[in-house]
Amino acid sequence: MRVNEYLIAGFGGQGVLFAGKLLANIGLVSDKQVTWMPSYGPAMRGGVCNCSVCISDLLIGSPVVHLPDTLICMNSPSFDKYVPAVKKGGAAFIDSSIIDQKFDGKDITCHYVPATKLAVDNGFSTNFGIIVMLGKVIKESGICDTETVRKALETFVSAKKASLIDTNIKAIELGLNA
Amino acid sequence: MKKTLMKGNEAVAEAAIRAGCKCYFGYPITPQNEVGAYMSAKLHQHGGVFLQAESEIAAINMVYGCAATGTRCMTSSSSPGISLKTEGISYMAGADLPAVILSVQRGGPGLGTIQPSQADYFQTTRALGHGDLHLPVFAPYSVQEMVDVTTKAFDIAEEYRTPVIILADGLLGQMMEPVSFDDEEVIEKPEKTFDWVADGHMGKRKKNIITSLQIESEELEQTITAREKRFEKLKANHTQSESVNCDDADIVIAAYGSASRVVQSAMEMAREEGLKVGTFRPVTISPFPVNAIVKACKNAKKVLVVEMSLGQMVDDVKMALEHKIPVEFYGRQGGFVPGPQEILDVVRRLK
Repeated sequence: MRVNEYLIAGFGGQGVLFAGKLLANIGLVSDKQVTWMPSYGPAMRGGVCNCSVCISDLLIGSPVVHLPDTLICMNSPSFDKYVPAVKKGGAAFIDSSIIDQKFDGKDITCHYVPATKLAVDNGFSTNFGIIVMLGKVIKESGICDTETVRKALETFVSAKKASLIDTNIKAIELGLNA
Repeated sequence: MKKTLMKGNEAVAEAAIRAGCKCYFGYPITPQNEVGAYMSAKLHQHGGVFLQAESEIAAINMVYGCAATGTRCMTSSSSPGISLKTEGISYMAGADLPAVILSVQRGGPGLGTIQPSQADYFQTTRALGHGDLHLPVFAPYSVQEMVDVTTKAFDIAEEYRTPVIILADGLLGQMMEPVSFDDEEVIEKPEKTFDWVADGHMGKRKKNIITSLQIESEELEQTITAREKRFEKLKANHTQSESVNCDDADIVIAAYGSASRVVQSAMEMAREEGLKVGTFRPVTISPFPVNAIVKACKNAKKVLVVEMSLGQMVDDVKMALEHKIPVEFYGRQGGFVPGPQEILDVVRRLK
């Protein structure tokens, strides 16, 4: 398998880094090579945040994703910046409850999912929107099953916050059915 | 042992604790703050001391004092902070004191940017302080290698009585990768004692004086040559590098640290196109692996050096190859990490 490059982008506080960590840990528990790279620079300081995740069978070169295979897009600024950068044949997952734009390029598949609204309507706080979206990504890409997600969560969610594992799984399931 | 995801900065801190580092002195600066944060949370659980100093200069001088007692200690900083520490590093080298110093490069000069860079190669290999000195410098390229060289660095520092530098950058410090450690838990090591330490002997032995002041030229020259002899021995035992696909390579791309990761991807892409490309990666940039690069390039028609700077290691490559093979350079500055496609384009032009 060549390197699968994911880019997750949104505002600080939406759980961009957490969602990236979950995705990276899914790779880890699936015995893949993984890298996780946050934006820690000027972008973060201005409130916009992104996170690159690479999953591969082989050694990963640069952990910085310029041209993603899969994009999770959680706000308008990242829609403008990153949707046109998605690789030909790639997929963009766009939170349509936050972004009203549509992409008219033909080479990529756009999934418009009202993830944040779905989360809130189902009793989650707004920052679970991105986890719902990750559920949708898992459904469309088939990278893993729910059990793997649970295993991934268990590797990095601290014992003190173990109750959050079930909450996250429920949000993932919401995305799997979206 | 099972693998966990860790940031490079955290992995160095964990590796240091496992290596028996008992004191960490530092002052915050992006992109290496996770080192201090991790130490502040964990070091005291292993009988150690974390101390946030009032400045980088204070921190390196605390390391100086701590190292003089024979206690394993370290500091870390990023480019502008390392500049401030160089005076202390020179004094430590002059006093033959072991310590580990992590330098997580960001873009410069001046305050520059907090984005990753490799612009401190000259500073680290040539001028970590004034004076006649050679310091060992490790330049890891992955989070796992950051762990491996940290473990090694503490041993080498004591064996050769020298500060040891680990040169990383913002990318390696901030990224997470799977890492594993040799043991499941931290295994507490018995603290070593040395005959040269100043640790309060209650009159039970001859006093030791830790100083870099040697006002008599005869004495200073003797000390410098003895120190250089140790460095020569270190060179023979610990010079480290990695070459991949160099045997039949027309073009060898040389790079260290973060840049070498991108180069590796570019090499694989070039091979898929049928281009005979190999890679050379020094793990120690001081001492520079001269023999290894000569061997790696023995069939090469051209050598390409890739760095995230205006070109610094390229000088070492040219010197090592004695200008017998044409050496080209490609670099990005200001905090940019080149992409593999970008490097592949350069390789195609070289053909």
